[in-house]
Amino acid sequence: MAFTFAAFCYMLSLVLCAALIFFAIWHIIAFDELRTDFKSPIDQCNPVHARERLRNIERICFLLRKLVLPEYSIHSLFCIMFLCAQEWLTLGLNVPLLFYHFWRYFHCPADSSELAYDPPVVMNADTLSYCQKEAWCKLAFYLLSFFYYLYWLRFRLGTRPVSSLHPSAQPGVW
Amino acid sequence: MSAPAGSPHPAASARIPPKLGGAAASGAAAPAGPGPGPHQQNGPAQNQMQVPSGYGLYPQNYVAPSGHYSQGPGKMTSLPLDSQSGDYYPGLYTVPTQNVVTPNTASQQPGAQQMYGRVPPAPHVVGSALGSFQGAMSSASHLQTSASQPYSSFVNHYNSPAMYSVNSSVASQGLPSTCGHYALSAVSNASYPGVPYPSLPAGDPYRQQMLTSQSALTVRPIRESSLSGQNTAVSHPSPLPPPPSQQYQQQQSLSGYSTFSWSAPGLPSTQDNLIRNHTSQVAANNNPTNTVADSLSRSVMQNVQPPKSSPVVSTVLSGASSTRPPPAAPRPAEPAASVAQPPELSQQKGMQYGEYVNNQASSAPTPLSSTSDDEEEEEEDEEAGVDSSSTTSSASPMPNSYDALEGGSYPDMLSSSASSPAPEPAPEPDPAPAPAPAVPQPSKLAKPFGYGYPALQPGYQNATTPLNSGVPPSSPGYSGFQQYAQQYPGMNQLSSSLGGLSLQSSSQPESLRPVNLTQERNILPMTPVWAPVPNLNSDLRKLNCSPDSFRCTLTNIPQTQALLNKAKLPLGLLLHPFRDLTQLPVITSNTIVRCRSCRTYINPFVSFIDQRRWKCNLCYRINDVPEEFMYNPITRSYGEPHKRPEVQNSTVEFIASSDYMLRPPQPAVYLFVLDVSHNAVEAGYLTVLCQSLLENLDKLPGDSRTRIGFMTFDSTIHFYNLQEGLSQPQMLIVSDIDDVFLPTPDSLLVNLHESKELIKDLLNALPNMFTNTRETHSALGPALQAAFKLMSPTGGRVSVFQTQLPSLGAGLLQSREDPNQRSSTKVVQHLGPATDFYKKLALDCSGQQTAVDLFLLSSQYSDLASLACISRYSAGCIYYYPSFHYMHNPSQAEKLQKDLKRYLTRKIGFEAVMRIRCTKGLSMHTFHGNFFVRSTDLLSLANINPDAGFAVQLSIEESLTDTSLVCFQTALLYTSSKGERRIRVHTLCLPVVSSLADVYAGVDVQAAICLLANMAVDRSISSSLSDARDALVNAVVDSLSAYGSTVSNLQHSALIAPSSLKLFPLYVLALLKQKAFRTGTSTRLDDRVYAMCQIKCQPLVHLMKMIHPNLYRIDRLTDEGAIHVNDRVVPQPPLQKLSAEKLTREGAFLMDCGSAFYIWIGKSCDNNFIEDVLGYPNFASIPQKMTHLPELDTLSSERARSFITWLRDNRPLSPVLHVVKDESPAKTEFFQHLIEDRTEAAFSYYEFLLHVQQQICK
Repeated sequence: MAFTFAAFCYMLSLVLCAALIFFAIWHIIAFDELRTDFKSPIDQCNPVHARERLRNIERICFLLRKLVLPEYSIHSLFCIMFLCAQEWLTLGLNVPLLFYHFWRYFHCPADSSELAYDPPVVMNADTLSYCQKEAWCKLAFYLLSFFYYLYWLRFRLGTRPVSSLHPSAQPGVW
Repeated sequence: MSAPAGSPHPAASARIPPKLGGAAASGAAAPAGPGPGPHQQNGPAQNQMQVPSGYGLYPQNYVAPSGHYSQGPGKMTSLPLDSQSGDYYPGLYTVPTQNVVTPNTASQQPGAQQMYGRVPPAPHVVGSALGSFQGAMSSASHLQTSASQPYSSFVNHYNSPAMYSVNSSVASQGLPSTCGHYALSAVSNASYPGVPYPSLPAGDPYRQQMLTSQSALTVRPIRESSLSGQNTAVSHPSPLPPPPSQQYQQQQSLSGYSTFSWSAPGLPSTQDNLIRNHTSQVAANNNPTNTVADSLSRSVMQNVQPPKSSPVVSTVLSGASSTRPPPAAPRPAEPAASVAQPPELSQQKGMQYGEYVNNQASSAPTPLSSTSDDEEEEEEDEEAGVDSSSTTSSASPMPNSYDALEGGSYPDMLSSSASSPAPEPAPEPDPAPAPAPAVPQPSKLAKPFGYGYPALQPGYQNATTPLNSGVPPSSPGYSGFQQYAQQYPGMNQLSSSLGGLSLQSSSQPESLRPVNLTQERNILPMTPVWAPVPNLNSDLRKLNCSPDSFRCTLTNIPQTQALLNKAKLPLGLLLHPFRDLTQLPVITSNTIVRCRSCRTYINPFVSFIDQRRWKCNLCYRINDVPEEFMYNPITRSYGEPHKRPEVQNSTVEFIASSDYMLRPPQPAVYLFVLDVSHNAVEAGYLTVLCQSLLENLDKLPGDSRTRIGFMTFDSTIHFYNLQEGLSQPQMLIVSDIDDVFLPTPDSLLVNLHESKELIKDLLNALPNMFTNTRETHSALGPALQAAFKLMSPTGGRVSVFQTQLPSLGAGLLQSREDPNQRSSTKVVQHLGPATDFYKKLALDCSGQQTAVDLFLLSSQYSDLASLACISRYSAGCIYYYPSFHYMHNPSQAEKLQKDLKRYLTRKIGFEAVMRIRCTKGLSMHTFHGNFFVRSTDLLSLANINPDAGFAVQLSIEESLTDTSLVCFQTALLYTSSKGERRIRVHTLCLPVVSSLADVYAGVDVQAAICLLANMAVDRSISSSLSDARDALVNAVVDSLSAYGSTVSNLQHSALIAPSSLKLFPLYVLALLKQKAFRTGTSTRLDDRVYAMCQIKCQPLVHLMKMIHPNLYRIDRLTDEGAIHVNDRVVPQPPLQKLSAEKLTREGAFLMDCGSAFYIWIGKSCDNNFIEDVLGYPNFASIPQKMTHLPELDTLSSERARSFITWLRDNRPLSPVLHVVKDESPAKTEFFQHLIEDRTEAAFSYYEFLLHVQQQICK
């Protein structure tokens, strides 16, 4: 097989997927930072530290908010590309997450115009653990899809996958 | 010891028998129980006694007591004596012979142990005696002060703490008594003296359960004069000390302690005695020493006995102790004692101690605080007495004992521990019964120490069983603060005992009694509902945190999340951490002892593994006891870490060392930001505010550094330069509201004292400065930014007064309310903020330790949903006065005035943080209140005020099967207005249960409702109001159906609820009809949002009144069941259900809504009542707006006024009174609170029940 549009899609996805993995890892670290204050309890109670800590929280929340749109748009891009490339299986695998992202983005509580990751809200232990779980799940998903894309990239390029992921997955092609 | 005891018994009995007889007897009986003869009488007690060999001695005491029993009081005294004499008994008493025999039989222990046993009883006795003596001894005073009963319970507590190991047994006994006390206390709070006795009856039943036959007797003894005898006995020991060996001295000291401390001291002393005895045994000198001691004690006893009166005794003791004669004196006279004690302490301990003492004296009640103010006072006295006693005792006896102790090791510790109890007594002496139980416990405790823990457990078990029985009576809820837990060697032991106890059948009946809701017409009790008391043993219960400060929705924590899910009940805590306390132990210490891994503060529920190590009750880490902690400043004793005040009180306050601050504590800084637009001037609030400020300027909390500043704004921002030296205030106007700057860097916030004249000038001028303004715009956002800049360097409190929608600059808002949607039943929009400007600013403020309090006085929609964010996230508070006008709406003006008075003068804490910790396995999520969560368990509170409440939701992450107790600890670190860094710590201990029935039995329905309300507010904002309403209904449906399908086996056709949950549907219905959640009734958006804000930040007591007001009929007040407060008779009319069916046209009704009182006058109301109480000849002449009751010199007027005053005195915010005539337009205000009635849009109570039933059957 030659270098088709599908192969191009997989190649691009591979690169962007690496970025998404990076985002997911960053999220995990950020939530961990929000969850625990790495100061001794006495220092934590210090008013001076309070200022520092608050600034930290706001900075993290600001960054989190900044990352929402890029992440969601990158993932939407995948879906559009695979749709165009008529990679139905891959598209099918990505659609659930796509809908989840849509739901997250447009499901704004009541009146507030702001996005998720509002400091007072995100600091709630419940929300925080939810976000953390979400980030871990996404990390797992992106990692798996990374290797999935890798496999299909090789497959679409017509070369036998070097990795031994599924040596006999497509016996008729070789 | 024995000799004195013996002599006292008779004497005491003769003297005091009648009163205390019952109580004392119970106490005595309990100890005696163990002994041979007494056993019969004290069924439970005997068991306890038997366990420890030492107890055997107790039994002996009992025997003596039994003889005394006839004399009630005498018994008590005898017991103490016995305990003291322990060894003495044989020689001294004729009775002693009996005692001796009993010990032998009962206890397998060596003679020394027997002696010990005896000794412990003596302390108990003393405790009881103290109780009985009330008047005579400080302990007596304690009892007397708080409705005597409560005190006795307190005494018991004390005893139990001292006892430690004994505690368990004691606890059991004590619990019943405590329970009784609780009930009493609740009652007594209002009444004081009169009430106490009611509790006694309750105590008796418990005791009966516990002790069976002896119970009644035991109770009496405690209270009776026998105590005096004991006291004397104690004093005797002190004289003795010199002659006898160190051990003897110790004993003497102990005896002295016991007398001094009363019940608590007594117990400790007993322990001490026991310990000492052990030591003596070790030495093999027991017999000689004992005899000597006995002789001494006897002599002493004789001497003392004559004095009988507590004062005398105390003096004797002091003499004996030599070191602290003065303390003794204070003890005797209750009031005097309290007063005297502080000085003593201060002298002894230096300033710090003095503080501590004073605090205790003043605030000792903390535990008691739950009780009414009056009670608190009493408590104070008690505490003072205790303190003094403890100090004195410690001072004189301790030193001696220490020397001896060092040799004896463990025994010493025990003795020291025993001595420490003295402070404990102060907390809450319950009725006589408690002391009795305590006595047995002490003996047990002593054993454990001496013999090792294993021995303790049996005792615990014994104790526990009685406890259970006692527990069932859910007393209103005093939880004593005592920290007996510490004494208990191991939580494990306790837990095991508790596990055995669980919810016994006896306890369950009441809280689990099935109630058919649809059949029960009068579901509402006649008296206010009290918090259930956790099913703990008495020691722990006494030590536990007051339910006013700390409550859990489930007082029995389910073992696993699965069990919790089955129960379908919310699990969470409700906190009122900074509430005003009259008694609060304040501790100054260089090292604050905390767990090294989880940083938990040492508390009454930790276990001391040995003298040098303690085990954290939250993470189970074993920590070292720092050297400094070994010394007890209260008793001036060494080696009694479990007697330190930290370990004796579940609510304490530490003065933090410099470790806890990086910068010097901030001064109190107050900034007032005032709206002076046309709208504001029209409303006229400035007059009220300035007047209020002028009146309270000197009462603003603060020190010499206090600073104050003013800003006003309309479309521009005005600053006021109040620099000292200016001839008049200088106004600086900043009109650039897009980029606000401060016109001068300093002199805008000025020292209150240096610039007082200028400030007064300004306040006098302000109301008239803007009378002709035509400026209608309001630049609130920029003004807040300016305020933030002004406050950033220091932090402090910003009070914002706003009268309209902000219309200029950053943070401007648009009207979002559609008046046509006010009564919509569908969707209520705009409950969330329209902009995050205020939220962000609030976070900035929080970071700079600045809180913003919002006073919204507006007649039109002002988007409180957005504005409230400024306070919610900066830990401020919100006040809302709809349609405020100083002329046209005088009741609002009056309310503002009263609120301001409270607001300006109440306590305040700056730059605070609050951390809540809980036992491993539980985890907290979702906090409710006004704060910012800085890390998952750390709440950042720029300010903390005494009216702020918080709620926390809990989940069970790991199974709690390996523990039987869970603890919660709240630590609030704040800077006081005096510039001190302080930490207020509350610790709550609750049992873990494994059966669903037990979970239902322990439901605190009020706490559950308040937590649900908080959750519903969150739900309405994040989802929708109808979701929240559905969730509330589902909460009832789920919990009742879960109960019906799992616990009750009754037919499903009826709506069955356990008694503990019977009010649940009613309260939920009340919530659904609350302004915050109601639909279909016209509700302005701001009113709704304000109600939600209140739900979020009000403490439970206030919130419950808001949700479910109390209705009383007041046209026929009688003195029946009245209580006495400050020499005034306060009638106690029964609660009426909130239904129009209860309103008769012939009557007059008072509704207490927390923030307002309504008096509804029926059309055909008796003219006599109208004339006597309202001062008008007939119904027609009553004016439409009436907000005061005239002071008329008639009986019914006096009763009505004293009742209303009493209701008012119990809360910080003084509610405004509205007199509502039937058929006046204002009556809708009144009728909307009748939540059991049907409205066009909502169910009646009965319909709601049918609806719930339908849902369950679906």
